[in-house]
Amino acid sequence: MANIRSRKYLLPTAALSVSLFALAGCGSGGSDSAGSGDADCTAYESYGTFEDAEVSVYSTIVDVEAELLENSWADFSECTGIDVAYEGSKEFETQVGVRAQGGTAPDLAIFPQPGLLAAQAGNLKPAPQAVSDLVDEGWSPDWKKYGTVDGTFYGAPMLANIKGYVWYVPATFEEKGWEVPTTWDEMTELTEKIASEEEEMKPWCAGFESGEATGWPGTDWIEDAVLRDHGPEVYDQWVAHEIPFDDPRIVESFDRVGEILKNDDYVNGGFGDSRSILSTAFAEAGQPVLDGQCAMHHQASFQAANWPEGTNVAEDGDVWAFMTLPVDPAAGTAITGGGEMIGAYADRPEVVALQTYLATAEFANARVSQGGAISANKGLDPELAGSDLDRQSIELLQDPNTVFRFDASDLMPGAVGSNSFWSGIVNWINGSSTEEVTQSVEDSWPAS
Amino acid sequence: MEDFADKGLQVVVGLAIFAAIIGLIMLVVDRAPKSGREKLQVAGFLAPALILLAVGLVFPALQTSYLSFTDRNGDFVGLDNFVWMFTQPEALVTLRNTLIWVVLVPLLASSIGLAYAVFIDRARGEKALKALVFMPMAISFVGAGVIWRFVYAYKGAEQDQIGLLNQILVWLGQEPKQFLLDAPENTFFLIAVMIWIQTGFAMVVLSAAIKGIPTEIVEAARLDGASAWQQFRNVTIPTIRGSLIVVITTITIGTLKVFDIVRTMTAGQYETSVVANEMYTQAFRAGEPGRGAALALVLFLMVLPVVVYNARLLRKQKEIR
Repeated sequence: MANIRSRKYLLPTAALSVSLFALAGCGSGGSDSAGSGDADCTAYESYGTFEDAEVSVYSTIVDVEAELLENSWADFSECTGIDVAYEGSKEFETQVGVRAQGGTAPDLAIFPQPGLLAAQAGNLKPAPQAVSDLVDEGWSPDWKKYGTVDGTFYGAPMLANIKGYVWYVPATFEEKGWEVPTTWDEMTELTEKIASEEEEMKPWCAGFESGEATGWPGTDWIEDAVLRDHGPEVYDQWVAHEIPFDDPRIVESFDRVGEILKNDDYVNGGFGDSRSILSTAFAEAGQPVLDGQCAMHHQASFQAANWPEGTNVAEDGDVWAFMTLPVDPAAGTAITGGGEMIGAYADRPEVVALQTYLATAEFANARVSQGGAISANKGLDPELAGSDLDRQSIELLQDPNTVFRFDASDLMPGAVGSNSFWSGIVNWINGSSTEEVTQSVEDSWPAS
Repeated sequence: MEDFADKGLQVVVGLAIFAAIIGLIMLVVDRAPKSGREKLQVAGFLAPALILLAVGLVFPALQTSYLSFTDRNGDFVGLDNFVWMFTQPEALVTLRNTLIWVVLVPLLASSIGLAYAVFIDRARGEKALKALVFMPMAISFVGAGVIWRFVYAYKGAEQDQIGLLNQILVWLGQEPKQFLLDAPENTFFLIAVMIWIQTGFAMVVLSAAIKGIPTEIVEAARLDGASAWQQFRNVTIPTIRGSLIVVITTITIGTLKVFDIVRTMTAGQYETSVVANEMYTQAFRAGEPGRGAALALVLFLMVLPVVVYNARLLRKQKEIR
């Protein structure tokens, strides 16, 4: 009897003890970033040294780009003794808020949009003075504004990307005797010329298909046109909803873009009529430029990575790009783009140290020299850039006369910027009038 | 590798904890005093399921219901979300499409499945013919969505077609068509995908029911000189009525909840959105959890009568048996 009874206890107790043992073994994690082992530590002395300090960093950056990012702070990590536990996830946008609510926020979060940072402002620590000073020194006031919520500065910018490049094949232009246009009107003239003279080639190709985000490449077109048509003040008012989305000036910019995108004679080289823009994946839409079926393709700087393996992106190479042109040349260069802001959920000394380092020109140089990224930091050396295009982008960003504006759809409320603006573009290309579309986007703007 | 070991360990730990808790409950229940032991045993066995239901279903359902009366910032706004749902054109399109889906899919999938089951009954190569129609059942909705997107794929008239249907159109000397871009027929092209999947299910269940009809009845009908159509009308249908209703209601519930097909093929653009897809879009993309919750609540209310009817019917059938 006693025997049987003890056996009855045996299984649950055994299972329980096993689980307790195993629990004790859990809870380790985090990867060590590999330092090169022989870093020159004099540059990092000002940050001090730490024992057993760990800072967790969370962001949208994954795969190869994440590796390059980790390499960029490897020396810092080694010299200061701060272990950086990096985690990249495509689910960042939805997860970061969930984590902050659940009390498991990362120490530093790299926000890909100012709007996300603003939504988290209640949980973030205001940026330390050192970071604020570095940003004043290294970035234009526009950039500082993106990390500022209600007058409090939270997040320093990190990397940048710029939109609005128009891709073309230099050899084709040379062979046909076409000049690279310098104003929007010249671009329109060239478009007409190509449409009327070329049999096999249409002037433009475009693709807005991107799964549930279908339409977003079209928002870039519109943003470029608004900024060049009416300047940064109107652009800012448009983003902040101080003027309605169906303001006549915005309608005018829509129509300016529509002259190209809604004209079957001008698009869609290599794919079909104007509406085939919607069924063409954005990543494949540039290919006809290389195949000679279309002359120009409007897409952000990341298009450089979308060309087939071995394509030489250079002024005298297989493919090159000019920046979308000003409507009024006297107004100077204006570009739209995006970037990341680094917000801090903690203010432990080691977190502040890393946050400060990430705001320096040294870090920007360390990251850019690895290739595939640019930054708007003024202390950045363009010569370090990994490609001709990156170098051109950095020079554009650093030029004091350049007006930079963040991608408008990223700044608008989610209901507009990642929903009705996209579907508005889709309906517009699919045949709805500009008035209908701008009106429906305006109606969808959240009241509060 | 280290990661894999970590994950494996976590799984083992989870299972061990689960086993330990269940073991403990069993032990406690088993060693309970004689009086009231039965009650305790019932409670002991039901409690885990009930607790999990409360945490995983009841509480979220209540929270969702509350959310549907709040706005983006979590402030109480009364019926605003529902007003939006029944007045905004894009929300109304969603409701309209869901109705079209719910009428067409169960009706067509069941009738095609039934006709097929009747025609191939006792035919040569019945197994192979059944397998052909049943196969799409094995494909996930997302997979089917991807496959059919290729079937409907469009390229301009001067390009080589990659979509099967447009290639057929071109061979017939027609212009290629943007199947997924033209409202309202695009909704029907999406519905075709769901029918393609569900017909196999209807066919298999109904075929089994037809095989279960007692031969005496069939023989008697034949001796009475009933034509094939009369047999089908007056013998087959009444006998398999129960199975038919189960099939129709099951497909109806599935159709009301349809999400993956729409999201994969059009993401709800071009006026093809349905309630479940719009719910996701509003709650997780547009940052309007209140609207998403309101849509979820309406979807729940739409499914409820079908589920209740189904449950009652099953109970009735048990009583008959």
